[in-house]
Amino acid sequence: MERTNTLSIQQSRDNDFIREVEEASGQTVSKCYQCGNCMASCVYTFAYDYPVTQIMRLTQLGQRDTVLGSSSIWLCANCQACTTRCPQNIDVAQVMETLRVMSRKANTVSQRDIRVFYDEFLRSVKTFGRVFETGLLPVYNLRTKRPFTDFDLAPRLMWKGKLSFLPARIKKRKKIAQIFEVIKRDRFSKDGKARPEPLSSQTDI
Amino acid sequence: MRIGVFVCNCGTNIAGTVDTKRVASEALSFADVVYATNYMYTCSEPGQQEIQRAIGEHGLQGVVVAACSPRMHEPTFRRAVEKAGLNRYMFEMANIREHVSWIGNDREANTQKAIDLVRMAVAKLRFNNPLFSSKMPVNKRLLVIGGGVAGIQAALDCADGGMDVVMVERKQYIGGKMAKLDKTFPTIDCSSCILGPKMVDVSQKENITLYAASEIESISGYIGNFTVQIRKKATYVNWEACTGCGLCTEKCPSKKAADYFNEGLGAARAINIPFPQAIPKKAAIDAQFCRQLNGKKCGVCAKVCPVQAVDFEMKDSIVTEQVGAIIVATGYDLFDHSAYGEYGAGRYPDVISGIQYERILSASGPYGGHIRRPSDGKEPKDIVFISCVGSRDASVGRPYCSGICCMYIAKQAILTRDHLPESNSYVFYMDIRSPGKNYDEFVRRAQEEYGVQYIRGRVGKIYPRGDRMVVQGADTLLGVQVEVEADLVVLATGVESSAGAGELAEKLRISYDQYGFYMESHPKLRPVETNTAGVYLAGACQGPKDIPSSVAQGSAAASKVQSLFAHDTIETNPQVALVNERTCISCGKCIQVCPFGAIQWKELRGGIKKAEVLPTVCQGCGVCNATCPPKAIQLQHATDNQILAEVNELCA
Repeated sequence: MERTNTLSIQQSRDNDFIREVEEASGQTVSKCYQCGNCMASCVYTFAYDYPVTQIMRLTQLGQRDTVLGSSSIWLCANCQACTTRCPQNIDVAQVMETLRVMSRKANTVSQRDIRVFYDEFLRSVKTFGRVFETGLLPVYNLRTKRPFTDFDLAPRLMWKGKLSFLPARIKKRKKIAQIFEVIKRDRFSKDGKARPEPLSSQTDI
Repeated sequence: MRIGVFVCNCGTNIAGTVDTKRVASEALSFADVVYATNYMYTCSEPGQQEIQRAIGEHGLQGVVVAACSPRMHEPTFRRAVEKAGLNRYMFEMANIREHVSWIGNDREANTQKAIDLVRMAVAKLRFNNPLFSSKMPVNKRLLVIGGGVAGIQAALDCADGGMDVVMVERKQYIGGKMAKLDKTFPTIDCSSCILGPKMVDVSQKENITLYAASEIESISGYIGNFTVQIRKKATYVNWEACTGCGLCTEKCPSKKAADYFNEGLGAARAINIPFPQAIPKKAAIDAQFCRQLNGKKCGVCAKVCPVQAVDFEMKDSIVTEQVGAIIVATGYDLFDHSAYGEYGAGRYPDVISGIQYERILSASGPYGGHIRRPSDGKEPKDIVFISCVGSRDASVGRPYCSGICCMYIAKQAILTRDHLPESNSYVFYMDIRSPGKNYDEFVRRAQEEYGVQYIRGRVGKIYPRGDRMVVQGADTLLGVQVEVEADLVVLATGVESSAGAGELAEKLRISYDQYGFYMESHPKLRPVETNTAGVYLAGACQGPKDIPSSVAQGSAAASKVQSLFAHDTIETNPQVALVNERTCISCGKCIQVCPFGAIQWKELRGGIKKAEVLPTVCQGCGVCNATCPPKAIQLQHATDNQILAEVNELCA
């Protein structure tokens, strides 16, 4: 949200957004009474553009663009301190997770690096059936234009056996790739609505 | 029988979803109905006059009103038909508001259901008989359960009115929570200075009998005639003899007994008088900590007692009292903050509850009124208060506002500044609830004159750093996380219902809500009555309350008792069971099932025994009616014939 002097409550309120968040997260955002306990408990409040209490408030006000474009939802570590401490029993971490999914779908991810990491991580899983760190990290570093970050750690990790030169061999890696195909097909078959039984008929992974 | 039916629109409450005109016209086709109409507000003065006019004009012998719940207006309409010359029991009410119009939007279905309910009411009315109440004497003695400020107020008001009062208090002293407080908001007057004289009055009034260290064992009877059994718990000190000199406490070698009065901040002796102004000022032994009572050789107190009052053989005893009315003023307890792991769950000695801080502030408290930290006895420089601990918190099962914490925090912060002018106080709050006379001004004064820092946000966690505590919270107005290093943290623990409130409610046959607070008869219009006649409520047992409200309720309950006791007799309810001696087979099953002991044997001439109902004891529950094999015992106004007539109409 741009810092404006006046926010038109009626004109800026997106009721569909509130409903979508509530349906997808299973949480009732109107239960939040803005006590600030989530903000007080959150280890990343210092880094957020909007503290989590304000993310909840913006969601109550139906400020779709501001919420989905915020950096907070991507910096959230999903540590669940907010959920644990919430006096109103709201699963705040679940709301944050929901907002991440919605933000990715709407293609409004504000943190390019984080989006790239998610993408590369999944691509690695799709290709090798399991994450191949030695491949993932250089690609991620290149795509985020900082090729030598953490490069110095590689020898020590290799020495300890935490990184290997070759991807791990797993059985039926093509079946894992199929999961991605099925999800992709379902996602784009009917107006982006997922089908009820995506995998059951063909999986024996 | 000539029956009139009156269907109420209740403005749009009923007419909105029920076709009342059609209900009335349908009613005209029911057997015996000679007159039917609908009316805007039947309970209004003209509405009642309309009923009375119709009774006269159409020679009605029974009246059905289809309107709201009988709990709302049955007494109103009974009075109305009585004024027109009918017996008050020749009246039936069909609830077409709470049971129909308020719960469904389908106009057609609602109208049909309303017609069915009216048909049932008419069918029942055809079997109604005039019933007459009798009069019975009122025992003009009052029982007050609980000796806190609400109970004391009620007892003194009634005693001033010349009534005999019996007061039962669970603890060994009266005064309740207020006796533990240092000062009171918003006037900062000393709690024991304003309460003390009232406590002394209780002990000195000749018409108040005080049973301290006693609990209610059982209650039987009914309005005007209750029989109460009181368990006097063994104090191991003969209170008749004890002069309260305190010599026993001085010499008692068991020095680490729990100090309940000081909320665990100090240590008490096993035999003690909790505080200097205690009423009654009598010593009692805490059996858990007494050496003699735990098999060790001691008995020092018995040796030093100048009047030989100590009696290690003392047992609980039961006394019986007859009273006509009961005021319940059992007060509240404070939330146990060990449920809050993020605040240390009670492990940090310098994170204390509000009532503990109250004892620290008090001149008669464990530190003599000097503010010190429990851990090392140092004077704190930075003190953090946290509101809503165990209030407005659904995650610990306390979603309600305790209503007093905002005010007592402000008071404690002000007093802290008075005691330690160099100290800083911080208050974490969610909202400030100060809706009383001079209350908000008081909170403003804490901020403006006493420099108390108010921070709008909850606290996420408290953890130690060196010998101080770090309080990590939020300032939601700024949208930042904040941190305060504190020497002492005071948690404003909220109000919860008194331990054992449920058990007492069952003895009294009154209802309580999901949190254990007693239910008033009507939240606005009958705030101190319960649904059990003759039992009244005062103070925080009914819900969180501050001192002014508790005192006001104490006086309100007292005035209810005085208006009851202004009569020498009260009318009995004729809706009780009645035995038909001709059909009674003397099996005695009704005597066995009656929960109130209201049925006994009656010997007829020739030694034949039949069941007999004591109409004053019978509560009209109908268990005997359902049990009786030959259906000889019938609950008046709900006889088998009346109920079957209703069922027949429903199933027709």
